[in-house]
Amino acid sequence: MNTPAAGTPLIEVSGLKKYFPVKRGVLARHVADVKAVDGVSFVIQPQETLSLVGESGCGKTTCGRTLLRLLEPTAGSVRYSPEKGPALDLFSLPRAEMRRVRRDLQIIFQDPYSSLNPRMTVGNIVGEALLVHKICTKHDVADTVADLLVRVGLHADSRNRFPHEFSGGQRQRVGIARALALGPRLVVCDEAVSALDVSIQAQVLNLLKDLQEEFKLGYLFIAHDLSVVRYLSDRIAVMYLGRIVEIGTTAEIFENPQHPYTQALLSAVPHADPGAKSCRVPLSGDVPSPMNPPAGCHFAPRCPVSEARCTQSYPEHRSASETHRVACHLFD
Amino acid sequence: MLNYIIRRLLWMIPTLFGITLLVFVSIRLAPGDPATVMMGVGSGGEMSEGSDFASRIAAFKRENGLDRNVFVQYLGFIGPFNIKPDGHELFGGSGKDPWSGLLALDLGTELQRSNVPILEELGRRLKVTLLLSFISILITYALSIPLGIFSATRQGTVLDGAVTVVLFLLFSIPTFWAGLMLILAFGQSGLGWLPVLGLESKDAANLSGLEALWDRGLHLIMPVMVYTYGSFAYLSRQMRVGMMDVIRQDYIRTARAKGLSERVVIFKHALRNSLIPVVTLFASVLPILIGGSVVVEYVFDIPGMGRYAYEGLVQRDYNIIMATTTFSAFATLIGILLSDITYALVDPRISYE
Repeated sequence: MNTPAAGTPLIEVSGLKKYFPVKRGVLARHVADVKAVDGVSFVIQPQETLSLVGESGCGKTTCGRTLLRLLEPTAGSVRYSPEKGPALDLFSLPRAEMRRVRRDLQIIFQDPYSSLNPRMTVGNIVGEALLVHKICTKHDVADTVADLLVRVGLHADSRNRFPHEFSGGQRQRVGIARALALGPRLVVCDEAVSALDVSIQAQVLNLLKDLQEEFKLGYLFIAHDLSVVRYLSDRIAVMYLGRIVEIGTTAEIFENPQHPYTQALLSAVPHADPGAKSCRVPLSGDVPSPMNPPAGCHFAPRCPVSEARCTQSYPEHRSASETHRVACHLFD
Repeated sequence: MLNYIIRRLLWMIPTLFGITLLVFVSIRLAPGDPATVMMGVGSGGEMSEGSDFASRIAAFKRENGLDRNVFVQYLGFIGPFNIKPDGHELFGGSGKDPWSGLLALDLGTELQRSNVPILEELGRRLKVTLLLSFISILITYALSIPLGIFSATRQGTVLDGAVTVVLFLLFSIPTFWAGLMLILAFGQSGLGWLPVLGLESKDAANLSGLEALWDRGLHLIMPVMVYTYGSFAYLSRQMRVGMMDVIRQDYIRTARAKGLSERVVIFKHALRNSLIPVVTLFASVLPILIGGSVVVEYVFDIPGMGRYAYEGLVQRDYNIIMATTTFSAFATLIGILLSDITYALVDPRISYE
C-alpha cells in the first residue's frame, strides 16, 4: 500500500450533487428529486486508493459516474490536476476539452458482460481510444493492444476475438486493458470485481494492485464487499443515502469506526473463525427513500443510539484525527 | 454455414408440400367453382336452362381435369404427370402433352383465358409489383432509420412526442382510405396534379424516353405514398425502440468514457447494434415485397401480383390461386431463411456451425 504523498491532490471533489428528477403525469410535471448524491466531498492523492463503500442504492456508483461527467452533475465541482499545466474544473470544461481529459480519467464497469460492445473485436475495443486520442497510428496500434492484453494476463491473439468468446474474468481483464490503454492517472473501479467469483476476484484484485504500482494509478474503488476494500484501500469513505458519513484511513475505519452506521457495517462482515464471538450491531428497517430523506441525520431512524437532536439537524463533519472525519452528533 | 443453408432448404420441401396441399384442398371445398363462375351461374340464371348448360360445365371440368379425385388433381398440380385428357398415359390421357405441374415448372394456363400461361403472366405482374415495392422499401428505410435515431436521441422531448403522435396517426390510417383521399385530392376531381389509374398514360407508347420516365414517375407517386407510409411509421418506431435499448447499454457508457465524440458513439457504437433488428426485418418484408398489396393495386388499378391474387379469387381460378399462394409461400420461407442468415452475418454472437 502506498502512503499518500502530501501535496497537490490528483482530484478534489467538493459538494458533488446529482439529483434525478421524478416526473409524473401526462405533462411530466417535475414532482420531486431523487437525491442520489447529495453533497459529497473528498480528495484522492496521486497513486492513492480511496474506497467508497455503502449499501446498494446509497449513491456510490452515481458518485463515480458523475465525477467523470458520464452523468451531468446537479451541483458541485471536481478539480483535476493534470501532470502538466494548471488544475482543471471538470464540470466547467467544454465538451471537446472534456473528451481530451478523459485520457487521464478512466473507469472500469461492474458488469463485464454488458460493458463491451458485442459487435467489436477485443482489439477494436481496446484500440479504438488509442486511435481517437492519436496515441497510436494505425500501424502500431495492433502491437500496443497486444502488449496491453498480455499485461492484463490475456493471450495476444485475443484481439481478434469477440467479447462473447471470453469468460467473465477474462472480459473484466479486457475492460481493464481498455481502461489502461490511454495511460490514465485515475481509474474509477465501479464494483469492478463484484460480478466475478471469489477465486477470479483475487486474481483481478492482485492485477489491479500490480498495475497501480506499474502505471502509478490513483483508484476510486467503489465496492460493497468490505474484505475486498480492506485489502486494496489506503483510505475509505462510507456513504449512506447520498452522503459520506465517515472517511478515514483503512486502519482508522476498521480499527476505530466512529459512526454507528460504519460500526454496523463492519459488524456484519463474517469472521473467518467460526468460534469467534460475534457482536453484531443489528439494524432495523430499510434504507429510507432518497426521494424523501428523513429530517436531521439520515441514519437516525435506524440508528441504535440516536437521540432527540439527531432528528433535528444534519450533523456536520467532525474531525476524529487529521485524516479521520465523521458526521455524527454523538461524536465529540 | 453452407451445410446449415442446405439443411434448411431441404426442410422447405415438406413445408411447401403441406402449405400447397392445404390450400389446394380448401379452395375446392369453398363454395363456387371456376366452371359456374365462368358460365355466369348465380348472376341471373340466363343460361341455366337445359342439359346444354350442364354438359358444357361437365366438358369444361373434364378438359381441365377438375372431374378427377381431389388428390389426383393435387398430384397433377405437383406434377410431373399431366392428368388432363391430353396428358400422360398413366392417368388415362392421350399422351400428347405428358408433362406438367410444379415439378415440370409448368403451372398451366388461366382457366378463363386458356391461351395465357400462368408463369408468363406471373412474371409480368411481378415486374410491376417489384418496381412499386422496391421504391417503397428504399424510401421506407431511407426515412425511418434517421427518424428513429432522431427521436431516440431526443427521447422525452417535445419533438420526440410530436414525432410519436404523427407516426401513430400514420400507422392507424387504413390504406384504402388513404388511397381514395389522395385520389380525391390530387386526381382529376381535385387539384388534377397526378394521374390516378395504372402505371402509364394511354398514349405512353408514343412518348420519348425521358417523357415516358416522367410519365411513369407521375403515375408512381400516389401508389408509392400509400404503399410506404404504414411501413415507414412501423419501422421508425422499431428503429427508435432499438436505438433506445442500445443507448442504455453499458458499452455505450464505455464508449463515452473512452472520450469518443457523441457522433462516433451514436453512429458507430449504437447504430450498428440497433440496426440488427431492423436489418433482419428486411428479410421478413420479402414476401410483402413480392406479394404486393391487394388494396393499393386495386385502388390505383395497377396490374401487379396483389391484384392477380385477387382476380384469381374472384374468378375461382384454381390455377391462379395455387400459383400465387405457392409463390408467396415460397417467398415467405426464403424470407425467414434469409432473416436467420442475416442474424448470423450482423451479430458475431450467433453462429450456425
